[in-house]
Amino acid sequence: MFATLSDRLADTFKNLRGKGRLSEADIDATAREIRIALLEADVALPVVKDFVAAVKDRARADEVSQALNPAQQIVKIVHEELVTILGGETRRMRFAKHGPTVIMLAGLQGAGKTTLAAKLALWLKEQGKTPLLVACDLQRPNAVNQLQVNGERVGVPVFAPEPGNGVGDPVSVARASLEEAKRSLYDVVIVDTAGRLGVDAELMQQASDIREAVQPDEVLFVVDAMIGQDAVVTAQAFLDGVGYDGVVLTKLDGDARGGAALSIRQVTGRPVMFASSGEKLTDFDVFHPDRMASRILDMGDMLTLIEQAEKTFDAEQALKAAEKLTGKGGEFTLDDFLQQMQQVRKLGSMSKILGMLPGMGQMREQLENFDEREIDRIQAIIQSMTPAERDNPKIIDGSRRARIAKGAGRTVTDVNQLVDRFFEARKMMMQFARGGGMPGMPGMPGMPGAGKRNQQPKQQKKGKGARRSGNPAKAAQQAEVDAEKQKAAAAGANPFGAPTEDIDYETAAANLNLPKDFSNFLK
Amino acid sequence: MEISVLIGLGVLILLVGIGLIVGLVTRRQGTGKVPPAMPPVETPGTGPAPSVGDVDAAPGGLVEPTEAPPAAPVLDRPEDTRSRLARLRQRLAGSQGGFGRGLLALLSRDRLDEDTWEAIEDVLLTADVGVAPTQKVVENLRTRLRVDGAEAGDPRSVLRDELIALVDPSLDRRLQVSGAEGQPGVVLVVGVNGAGKTTTVGKIARILVAEDRSVTLGAADTFRAAAVDQLATWGERVGVDVVRGAEGSDPASVAFEAVRQGVEQGVDTVIVDTAGRLQNKAGLMDELGKVKRVIEKQAPVTEVLLVLDATTGQNGMVQARVFSEVVDVTGIVLTKLDGSAKGGIVMAVQRELGVPVKLVGLGEGPDDLAPFDPAAFVDALLG
Repeated sequence: MFATLSDRLADTFKNLRGKGRLSEADIDATAREIRIALLEADVALPVVKDFVAAVKDRARADEVSQALNPAQQIVKIVHEELVTILGGETRRMRFAKHGPTVIMLAGLQGAGKTTLAAKLALWLKEQGKTPLLVACDLQRPNAVNQLQVNGERVGVPVFAPEPGNGVGDPVSVARASLEEAKRSLYDVVIVDTAGRLGVDAELMQQASDIREAVQPDEVLFVVDAMIGQDAVVTAQAFLDGVGYDGVVLTKLDGDARGGAALSIRQVTGRPVMFASSGEKLTDFDVFHPDRMASRILDMGDMLTLIEQAEKTFDAEQALKAAEKLTGKGGEFTLDDFLQQMQQVRKLGSMSKILGMLPGMGQMREQLENFDEREIDRIQAIIQSMTPAERDNPKIIDGSRRARIAKGAGRTVTDVNQLVDRFFEARKMMMQFARGGGMPGMPGMPGMPGAGKRNQQPKQQKKGKGARRSGNPAKAAQQAEVDAEKQKAAAAGANPFGAPTEDIDYETAAANLNLPKDFSNFLK
Repeated sequence: MEISVLIGLGVLILLVGIGLIVGLVTRRQGTGKVPPAMPPVETPGTGPAPSVGDVDAAPGGLVEPTEAPPAAPVLDRPEDTRSRLARLRQRLAGSQGGFGRGLLALLSRDRLDEDTWEAIEDVLLTADVGVAPTQKVVENLRTRLRVDGAEAGDPRSVLRDELIALVDPSLDRRLQVSGAEGQPGVVLVVGVNGAGKTTTVGKIARILVAEDRSVTLGAADTFRAAAVDQLATWGERVGVDVVRGAEGSDPASVAFEAVRQGVEQGVDTVIVDTAGRLQNKAGLMDELGKVKRVIEKQAPVTEVLLVLDATTGQNGMVQARVFSEVVDVTGIVLTKLDGSAKGGIVMAVQRELGVPVKLVGLGEGPDDLAPFDPAAFVDALLG
């Protein structure tokens, strides 16, 4: 796994502590790291160059050299710049004033146009439109069929007069669809076209003919988030050949970092309008620039997580649990824990959720291999306890332990470990909740973007004194060192606090992986 | 506002807590389980399973294409290997000239200064070769030019050598399409969504038919709408049986059925198409592992092909790594190479995992699939 930009920068700045300002060489080293990080995220080279130059300029300014933690400061700048470029002017879909609104999809083969067409149709339908899907992909075997099936799934009619598989003229189908839409009073027409390459002049001409024929209000360029350096070439070719007004990024549920979004935005100036992330036809959303920026930098996607959590969580319960953690509403018991865990499960698979936490990028391998049934086992153990035991796990003695283990079908050591772990975790959670961070725990440097967004509200809660210290010298890779040692070492090495208000998810995440064999999972 | 913040914070803290609690349990078990340490680098370079492989002519004759067998007694007559190879070179030369020309111009300068080196690096980076392999190539090139001085010959041929070395021509690139002792060869085709798996399966079937081999296709993509039909259409064109299941049924059962039928009918090769899956979806990857395990109850899987889209960037590396862990990929098919993308990521993949690129896809035409020829590939890159 590639190290995140923050880790890389932390490394670069390791020897910088205490220096008053950054030298030119330091800035160059920084620039090189940013360059590599962006390239590894598949941002196109020309874009990387411009970008790095811009960051370099800002890095020379006082805001960096006077910061206590230059690494974090620079990551913050990078993040801000990314958001600025990605965000730019976002805009909403344009709908036609008269007659049906026509949306045309274009893109490479396998970008996900046909699936997206159905998702878009569903999305529009939920907004009270009556969309019509038009099958203009007459090239790929059974593409028409696929659209018909998808159309059926989302309950949107499909206009497919031609059977496809190389038969029929997409331009005339497109033209006929307009008549059909006017006749049957559909107000949005979504034209799915065949995948084509940017270098294929003939097919580009065809696409442009389709465009001429239907005069779409929106042409959307559909592009796979996994695309590499070719993104700029292809995006430019489609811009010249067909022209488009917006970009849709698909397969964002993968672990590609999606640097293409930045490249395309920068080179063509067309905004990314939608993001499609998942196999389900409802997995479709408008594009969030700041989240994308975090993703490109491998900083996790906490906002999405929180948003989802708010949707699914029982607010009252969560509030209660949070209060308990802050020490206001009694003790946080295993029962509370169980309850919350079940809530969290509603959000989806644990590995996916944990993957959204910043800094978890490097632990992906481990997350991928995470056995979801582990949660079931924990649940079984807790449920094998009596209410009294759940309230106060301290009363669990040898015989109780044996009984619980038997009841849960686990071993006594499992029960033991769960209880120990629970105490440890509770202690730590309470520290978080009070805003203390983990004293002496090594912080991974810089998630300013992620942290920043939470800064406002958290400050109200946290109070001033309690700030976590960030020790950039410690990266997650060092997590193999056992916890105690790390604590001791870091405590000594952390004389001053970081200026940014970070929550310690990452530290915790690092901590989460303290197992000795963890080093196997890295790199 | 305050409430939602509290909830958000609570959730995150809880997550961390759960992570902590679960994390330990996992660790404890982890000692028992085999940690999926690192890519199980099966070394295809050293062990090409000779007992099986030698008989395979499939699209095997790389530089010297095997004699195209005459009559394929079916509806469409696929193109023979030689002309496909010629087309490969032509396409590569056409689509990727920019890369080669750029390099040529750079290297024919009198003096190679820092800027030039950086420009060379840029050219490779633009081809998706990736940061680490690029640096390695450039470094090697520098060393060789410095050490050998004028004797090294012209920088261009040195670079060509370096690139070829990076692609490693010594790897065995034959497709293992025959099984041992009368069992069919089983080819499992895997990859992420939209890489071109179904199309590749269709094309491989055509090639095999052209080589006069009997083929059965297994349509184990039971997830995507109409994927089965898409494969069936390919099968019909060359008159090959397609074993299919209902949409949404268990792909492993379809694969099992296909191989069983293949064994019973004594066909030479069974090709199993699977649904596209993103490598970070553990559930789907497990499903894929199951497909392979279940197939192996009937006959050993002789070839696992990972289909990689040439436009894929650095994520291709992750894909290759994860798929290798799950199903032990033995070969890569690089598709959509007829576009402007250069597919440089396969260099990194080969370098790190030792899995060779075996085939390249060159377009939507039924015969646009060719064996991968490292020298031709690099030559084409260099224009």
